[in-house]
Amino acid sequence: MAVMSYRQALHDTLRAEMLRDPDVFLMGEEIGRFEGSYKITAGLLDEFGPKRVRDTPIAEEGFTGAAVGAAMLGLRPVVEIMTINFSLLALDQIVNHAAKIYGMFGGQRSVPMVIRTPGGGGQQLAATHSQNVELFYAFTPGLKVVAPSSPADAKALLLASIRDNDPVLFLENLALYNTKGEVPDGDVAGEIGRAAVTREGTDITLVAYSRMAHVALQVAEKLAAEEGISAEVVDLRSLRPLDRPTIIESVKKTSCAVVLEDDWLTYGIGAEVAASISDGAFDYLDAPVRRVAMAEVPLPYAKSLELAALPSANDVVTAVHQTLDAVGRRSVGAH
Amino acid sequence: MATTSRKRPARSARNHEELLGFYRQMLLVRRFEERTAQAYTEAKIGGYCHLNLGEEATVVGLMAAIEERDYLFTNYRDHGYALIRGMDPGRVMAELYGRQDGVSKGWGGSMHLFDTDVRQLGGYGIVGGQLPLAAGAALAVSYRDGDEVVMCQMGDGTTNIGAFHETLNMATLWNLPIVFVVVNNQLGMGTTVEMSSAEPELYKRASAYRMESARVDGNDVIAVRDAAKVAVERARKEQKPYLLETVSGRLKGHSVVDPAAYRSKDEVEAVRAQDPVAGLHDKLIADKVADADQLAEIDADVHRIVKAAVEFAEKSPAPEVSSLFDYTYASPVPNDSRRLPADPLFPVGA
Repeated sequence: MAVMSYRQALHDTLRAEMLRDPDVFLMGEEIGRFEGSYKITAGLLDEFGPKRVRDTPIAEEGFTGAAVGAAMLGLRPVVEIMTINFSLLALDQIVNHAAKIYGMFGGQRSVPMVIRTPGGGGQQLAATHSQNVELFYAFTPGLKVVAPSSPADAKALLLASIRDNDPVLFLENLALYNTKGEVPDGDVAGEIGRAAVTREGTDITLVAYSRMAHVALQVAEKLAAEEGISAEVVDLRSLRPLDRPTIIESVKKTSCAVVLEDDWLTYGIGAEVAASISDGAFDYLDAPVRRVAMAEVPLPYAKSLELAALPSANDVVTAVHQTLDAVGRRSVGAH
Repeated sequence: MATTSRKRPARSARNHEELLGFYRQMLLVRRFEERTAQAYTEAKIGGYCHLNLGEEATVVGLMAAIEERDYLFTNYRDHGYALIRGMDPGRVMAELYGRQDGVSKGWGGSMHLFDTDVRQLGGYGIVGGQLPLAAGAALAVSYRDGDEVVMCQMGDGTTNIGAFHETLNMATLWNLPIVFVVVNNQLGMGTTVEMSSAEPELYKRASAYRMESARVDGNDVIAVRDAAKVAVERARKEQKPYLLETVSGRLKGHSVVDPAAYRSKDEVEAVRAQDPVAGLHDKLIADKVADADQLAEIDADVHRIVKAAVEFAEKSPAPEVSSLFDYTYASPVPNDSRRLPADPLFPVGA
């Protein structure tokens, strides 16, 4: 067990997989000579050479599609798309091709590839560079979508994604790259399609993924320390498949839930989670499921506006208070 | 079927047996497509259905230039390629019928013929979608130091989409063993090449990517075969991409349901006058390669193949509904959804 950053966990895992399997190679913009826009691939060009660390032109549709074609012939490309915003330029290859090839041709060739890409607002990058559009991919059967929130999960899920025979969209987050955590040693892959209860609690369930799962844990600790509220945190980790049973089990225990998401509320991932809770735990609910999500605007540049639009830890605390007040349970706390 | 390579294409082209073989293949495409149109109007075939009528010489010439080890990617106008590449005609027709024995097990239909055994890796319905894929396949060949070539067919309209330009650029940068073939039938649905392409001599577009290219008469099977062989050999031996444009015509509408009302009678007549199948028929007789009776015999034989294909398709069962969730993922994972439209997410009352 070593303590390392999310960035280091990704870097070390990519390197280990390239050492293990000669069919694993990397491609993307600026990943070699520039060492990656976020330095995940630093040093890998020197170690593995340009055949396995391939710098591409600025042509997301072209190089993402080329990775799909290489995967059809059995290689295991790991594509880096600089930010998830730019993945929209590759939407045709991801949604119409990577996701369809195994099924549409009756299972004759699979597409064992990974698309690594960070989402995340809050960096004053303005509207086109601050979106969280993982929903588009989580919506699409044929794709798998994972969104680790900790360095340990970053390693475990990246191992699983590279070894999986289907196209996996691996969602990273700009705000998580420098976060640190314990990462188990050894070659232990995680499981795509499983959520985790990252903190046990009895009063309320917080459901989140990626950066917001990190925020959820912080909020839960604060609520416990300052108010004696026992919040359980469900980190989705996998957006497709979605691990509904883990969410439902938690809500059956706590009888209320707040869903945290870094994307827009309407039609968002939180909407799917809330609908799933109403389907699976309707009789257990003491209050409507609340969602804390981004304001429905193109994210502004100005810091004051950006902060107002993005969900914060305080927003989550407010939603938790209101939910517990509605069921008369806030008094169970320490005060 | 894929042909074997021959050392002297120009000489062997004069070989009578080979010419008759090409005629038989072109006729197979012609009769298969005519029968397909009929089955479509009888509602045996669903969806979109695009035919190779008028492109037979192009299809056969191209397929004669690649070898068994090579890979082929095409667009949605793919029936002829599948037949000549070596897919079983019965299984191709079964795919059009949406049956269990179809080459894509009934999951793809007319636009998505795929058979890994003959290395034809689709059949793609999104214009331009197959280009990056084909480049990626060529990248995989190159990654493994293989000697296979990838042929990537497309229509004339595809040369205006972004994926075309992104892919040609990568192909030259990365020395990919790939041959792009623009099958210019002079119409993208109802839009002419001149209406849609600022450089209507489409092969010239390759020059922007320092890629060699050529244009060839797509109604001349030998010319297509010879031009494609040059391209394929260059890709194989020098690891350099190539763009070949074939120019022919489309005898019918864009798809079976299109009456092509946008074309004048004169235009249609001009295309008919260039009909590659009729042209080769007459040439074989004029050159005394065969007489009319021999050619009629080939036609009768091809009719039997097509008839048998239809019978096979008719008898093949519809795919079992129980197989609906078999092809979402190649690696099974927990919590994968397997619900039918009316199923609840969770058992009612649980």
